Amino acid sequence: MLGVPPGIWLTVFFIIPLSLIWLFSFGDKQGLVDIELTWTMANYARAMDPLYLQIFLKSFWFAGITTLVCLLVAFPIAIAITFSPARIRPILLLLVILPFWTNLLIRTYALIAVLRTKGYVNFGLEYLWDGLNATLMFFGMDPSGLIGERFTPAPLLYNNFAVVFGLVYVHLPFMVLPLYASLDRMDRSYLEASLDLGATQFRTFLSITVPLAMPGIISGVIITFIPALGSFLTPDLLGGTDSQMIANVIERQFKSANDWPFGSALSFILMYITFFVLAARALFSRQGSAMEAS
Amino acid sequence: MNKFPPMMRRRSFLLGMGAAAAGLSIGPKGAFAMEDPTINFYNWDTYIGETTLEDFESLTGISVKLDLFADNDELFAKLKGGNPGYDLIVPTNDYTERMVEAGMLQKLDHGMIPNMANIDQAFLDPLHDPGRQYSMPYMWGTIGIGYRKSAVDGVPDSWKWLYDSDKYSGKVALLADGQTIIQMGLKYMGEALNESDPAKIKMVEEMVIRQKPHIKAFADDNGQDLLAAGDVDLAMEWNGDILQLMDEDDDIGYAVPKEGGLLWEDSLCIPAGAPHPMNAHKLINYILDAEAGALIADYIQYATPNAAAKALMDSSYTGNPGIFPPPEVIEKLEVSVYKGEEYQRLIDEALTRIQAA
Repeated sequence: MLGVPPGIWLTVFFIIPLSLIWLFSFGDKQGLVDIELTWTMANYARAMDPLYLQIFLKSFWFAGITTLVCLLVAFPIAIAITFSPARIRPILLLLVILPFWTNLLIRTYALIAVLRTKGYVNFGLEYLWDGLNATLMFFGMDPSGLIGERFTPAPLLYNNFAVVFGLVYVHLPFMVLPLYASLDRMDRSYLEASLDLGATQFRTFLSITVPLAMPGIISGVIITFIPALGSFLTPDLLGGTDSQMIANVIERQFKSANDWPFGSALSFILMYITFFVLAARALFSRQGSAMEAS
Repeated sequence: MNKFPPMMRRRSFLLGMGAAAAGLSIGPKGAFAMEDPTINFYNWDTYIGETTLEDFESLTGISVKLDLFADNDELFAKLKGGNPGYDLIVPTNDYTERMVEAGMLQKLDHGMIPNMANIDQAFLDPLHDPGRQYSMPYMWGTIGIGYRKSAVDGVPDSWKWLYDSDKYSGKVALLADGQTIIQMGLKYMGEALNESDPAKIKMVEEMVIRQKPHIKAFADDNGQDLLAAGDVDLAMEWNGDILQLMDEDDDIGYAVPKEGGLLWEDSLCIPAGAPHPMNAHKLINYILDAEAGALIADYIQYATPNAAAKALMDSSYTGNPGIFPPPEVIEKLEVSVYKGEEYQRLIDEALTRIQAA
């Protein structure tokens, strides 16, 4: 396979399948297996139904929250890695990418074991509860009024919290790595200058670190948001009865609903949105560099 | 996970292989004589005897490559654009019907399946495949309620506890399959399982949306795991999945609701374009053997349509009401039939609305 020019690779495995899906999206389902290419817009029109728009919005919401949480969690991690001794930095980076060595499905099942009613988190909470209960009893207090008669497990799984938690867990490395890359390139004398001139740590962070890390922040936001938007496995396995994202609807069109044209149209709408985000980014970075130049 | 349409290249490649095999064949045995001693078996998970495939291999020298699917939709989608190389598949009755309609199955040669004589008379002329031209019955069963005895009052023998009650709020799981959700809801409302009137489907949809705050999850055929782990106390599930769990956990029970439900049959079929149809016939015949069939049934705990195999089993199997429901329950069960593509769309939109609500 090494001798195959990349152009052929791109054509066979990307352009042709994608073109097929694009053609399907203008097709009309004939009976059970056949799709006739009629250049109908009916599939796209159907996707504009408020039902599907609402699911698109919900997917944006999930992906947006995920990206925000990832950013807030990843920033301290990236800073910690940047300022750690050069000796242990490769090890820390390895730890960040380590989850990629395991299949997403396995990691998601592992999360189920952690979050479920009789999972590790609830075991931990129960242990703490028992301890607190015993302590209160020891001091002669009646614990039932304060912490309840008995331990009630926290509902951590099969709800929207679990979906966002799962998405954050899966996408965190996508945010950490670009942040680290831009922080690592940062000229630290700026930080020293800022602190020397009397700015607080917080002020320095806001006025120096964040602006200098901006390219990393933008890359991280984009490569976290796009895959999160198209997730279907996480809402499927961790979600509750109202955690459906648009990719779950798309998946069903290719399976139980057996409506490939409609599924293709939904996929392409998702893809157009992605293109739009990337185009906006390109525009933004061009403006950014123009500003720098001026 | 493979969401791409099967490549046309792959299909024509297989057709080409078939033609080459046919061209090479010499003598009266025909193309089949050229088959490699292998077979690609596409089956459900945990749905064959513990040693069945090894026994078959040591008996015939044909090695079995087993591949697993999670639901009928996955099976259908994989084969829709052309058979990627499977020889034997196990669709459920309404999908068997759908695949026959779509020309995705090949006719069976009854002359190569002498063990067909072992099959119970009642299974020889079913609605979904009159005269058994395309399929042999493998296992049959019901969908009902698996429940944790210590957490539930008595026997929850009504769909009410899943569809129309807050008694077990947050402790209930339904199957994630749209058609099953709608069909069982129709049974609860006293309608026919195969009802396709949009107004009646809408009634079920509205009932499930009302019930949603009390439903923990729509489970992807893993309701038994939720039940085992204590995430729910009642789960709509396939009977065999719950019976396998009952084997490990005495606190689990299974009931077919009094309103009735689904009677399903999984059938052994050879998809069109199978590279080893002769070996597939041999494996079908082996599975329908009395002793091999008994070993499978004993291991997977589903009801066998194989009368000769059933005769070899003891009463803990044949007398188990979870496997063979009593006649008065069977009377209220219905078989799902294929109702056309318009119906699939109705069901999918109902499920999308239920989950979006």
